[in-house]
Amino acid sequence: MATMPPVSQHAARRNLRVGLLAFAGALAMLGLGYASVPLYRLFCQATGFGGTTMTATENEAASAARLATGQTISIRFDATTAGDMPWTFRPSQATDTITIGERDIATFVARNGTSRPITGMATYNVTPEKAGKYFNKIQCFCFTQQTLQPGQEVTMPVLYYVDPAMLDDPNMRGVEQITLSYTFHRAADPVKPAPARAN
Amino acid sequence: MATTAEGFDVHSDHSHDAHDHADHKPGFFVRWFMSTNHKDIGTMYLIFAVIAGIVGGAISGIMRVELAEPGIQYLGWWARAMGGADDINTALHMWNVFITAHGLIMVFFMVMPAMIGGFGNWFVPLMIGAPDMAFPRMNNVSFWLTVAGFFSLLFSLFVPGGSGPGAGTGWTVYAPLSTSGSVGPAVDFAIFSLHLAGAGSILGATNFITTIFNMRAPGMTLHKMPLFVWSVLVTAFLLLLALPVLAAAITMLLTDRNFGTTFFDPAGGGDPVLYQHLFWFFGHPEVYIMILPGFGMISQIVATFSRKPVFGYLGMAYAMVAIGVVGFIVWAHHMYTVGLDVNTKMYFTAATMVIAVPTGVKIFSWIATMWGGSISFKSPMVWSMGFIFLFTVGGVTGVVLANGGIDDNLHDTYYVVAHFHYVLSMGAVFSLFAGFYYWFPKMSGRMHSELLSHLHFWTFFIGVNVIFFPQHFLGMQGMPRRYPDYPEAFTFWHEVSTYGYYIMAGSMIFFFVNIAYALMAGKKAAANPWGEGATTLEWTLPSPPPYHQFETLPVITDAHDYHDHRPATA
Repeated sequence: MATMPPVSQHAARRNLRVGLLAFAGALAMLGLGYASVPLYRLFCQATGFGGTTMTATENEAASAARLATGQTISIRFDATTAGDMPWTFRPSQATDTITIGERDIATFVARNGTSRPITGMATYNVTPEKAGKYFNKIQCFCFTQQTLQPGQEVTMPVLYYVDPAMLDDPNMRGVEQITLSYTFHRAADPVKPAPARAN
Repeated sequence: MATTAEGFDVHSDHSHDAHDHADHKPGFFVRWFMSTNHKDIGTMYLIFAVIAGIVGGAISGIMRVELAEPGIQYLGWWARAMGGADDINTALHMWNVFITAHGLIMVFFMVMPAMIGGFGNWFVPLMIGAPDMAFPRMNNVSFWLTVAGFFSLLFSLFVPGGSGPGAGTGWTVYAPLSTSGSVGPAVDFAIFSLHLAGAGSILGATNFITTIFNMRAPGMTLHKMPLFVWSVLVTAFLLLLALPVLAAAITMLLTDRNFGTTFFDPAGGGDPVLYQHLFWFFGHPEVYIMILPGFGMISQIVATFSRKPVFGYLGMAYAMVAIGVVGFIVWAHHMYTVGLDVNTKMYFTAATMVIAVPTGVKIFSWIATMWGGSISFKSPMVWSMGFIFLFTVGGVTGVVLANGGIDDNLHDTYYVVAHFHYVLSMGAVFSLFAGFYYWFPKMSGRMHSELLSHLHFWTFFIGVNVIFFPQHFLGMQGMPRRYPDYPEAFTFWHEVSTYGYYIMAGSMIFFFVNIAYALMAGKKAAANPWGEGATTLEWTLPSPPPYHQFETLPVITDAHDYHDHRPATA
């Protein structure tokens, strides 16, 4: 080992303390990096960030309905599937005009055209993204995984309302249509057969 | 005016019989491969940075030549040369590999090693009157981790990475392109390279913080430290707080790629935008990591060659602290187009513009330092003045891009490319050359040629401006980043830009000839070749400094407040 200038015992201890403190700071930031994953999810759910929709109870829906002023808004429905998902998936209605505050039901139709049962999980958001915090779902097929048998076709409902509070938000001025979009992903199969690859 | 050496007893270290001991060096292998000496490690970092810079610069040459005219000219040849298939997709993939490699090499293996590992290692201990770094062996580990990271990145070029060999993800490694979009081990090796380089930098940052807090010479209070030391201290804190977040993000990428997690995959409840947030939480402080040590060097150099104390020392130091702090809360201005709402954009626009204030304080203070000074236009000074001018140009386009509304239009265009090359490839690189010419006589003991340094400056200055100024026009006209081909309307300025590259590449000949000349035939450098303006401690040592310095610690007194060149009282 190359020669090093001698360092006194005391100085070495002091250095070790500062060095370890600094290193602990780095480790804390590493932890924060991982903690950001659940924090980000909570943040999106709480604020509707990125078009994350809200989940509402029956009671909340009922109190929202009392605030309805009769103003209407158009909802457009969008349904897509991820690249590896062989289902066909479409909305039953392209658009719907609803009264703000009152609950409405929309349906989507999914069909498994393959010869194997397939489980899917839908992800969702709304655009404009700022509408996320006013778009409330009471019940939705997207809350749980859905399994379709070979050839099975299922109508999937979503029960939702638009919060009348949006009428008081200056950011929502001029929003005349909200698009509700679903993407069905293939959920990881419990026993996943090795994908056959052409060699 | 206080003369330099007076009041410091450091000369006695080596001026008589202590010399032999202080200059005793171990054998070649032990000295360079197991080095614990901050000056040797600094030298190795600088040599490493020059080599990485040649590789990264050559890659940018490949890209500029390809971009000189519309259509795909040379990418197919490169794809075949790297062992890829002979089709257009592989050729286009090569382009992505080149932009990725150029970015990663220049950021992690050229600018950072040169600024922090090279000049930081060399001059932080010298400037604070310390015998070495606090943890000399860890210093060695930092260096070799960085080298290992470089090799991991180079290795990734030769293994499959999706549509061809190499990692073609951009230096940002965004998911899903870097996860489901790039099969094959190349991206894993590129990520591993970042892990290694990041670990090396975190260890280095720990080392610098400890050294600067604990090993200052008696009397050297924090508020008497040279500004370069201040800049490295702030940079070390940025590294310590930012790099672990990158490490977390890219580790999640690795597990998404290989172990079935879905941190960034919507199919499993993840969100690719979260990766962008994490990356830029690191990425924005990273750009200050690359420029702050440059700020420090420029402050030393401008004061030296104006023969004046730096204007507003405390303001300069705390401006860097402010830039570092605010740098952590502006990250989303890199992602205005992911769908942030208006209020979020307003916040990030305002916060970003706030950074222009401490930066403006620095620019103002450099100019005020020169004002009324007795300026000598030595090579480090002309590079510094080039830095101040070009960094300001890059700063102005930065203020333009800070606006969320304007950025919607300019995001991912050549305007952005021009902006960050003005602050990095001209800001950071000009400060590196300024620092190099400033300290080369100290490090090597030989004087370089002022003529060649000035030729290097002027040709490089013209070259990089011809490269990057027209890219503002291209960006305003809509030329997007990261494409090897473009409509014919963009041909003229691309062609000009490529000519600029040739000028810049030619100018590097002056640089290398200059080093060779200095090492072979350069005049012997005096302890202080720059005269009375050079007042920091490194100039009290001979050139080159002895292998071990400051075995008797220098004592800094108020009467010799060297950064604040007021005449000694009494």
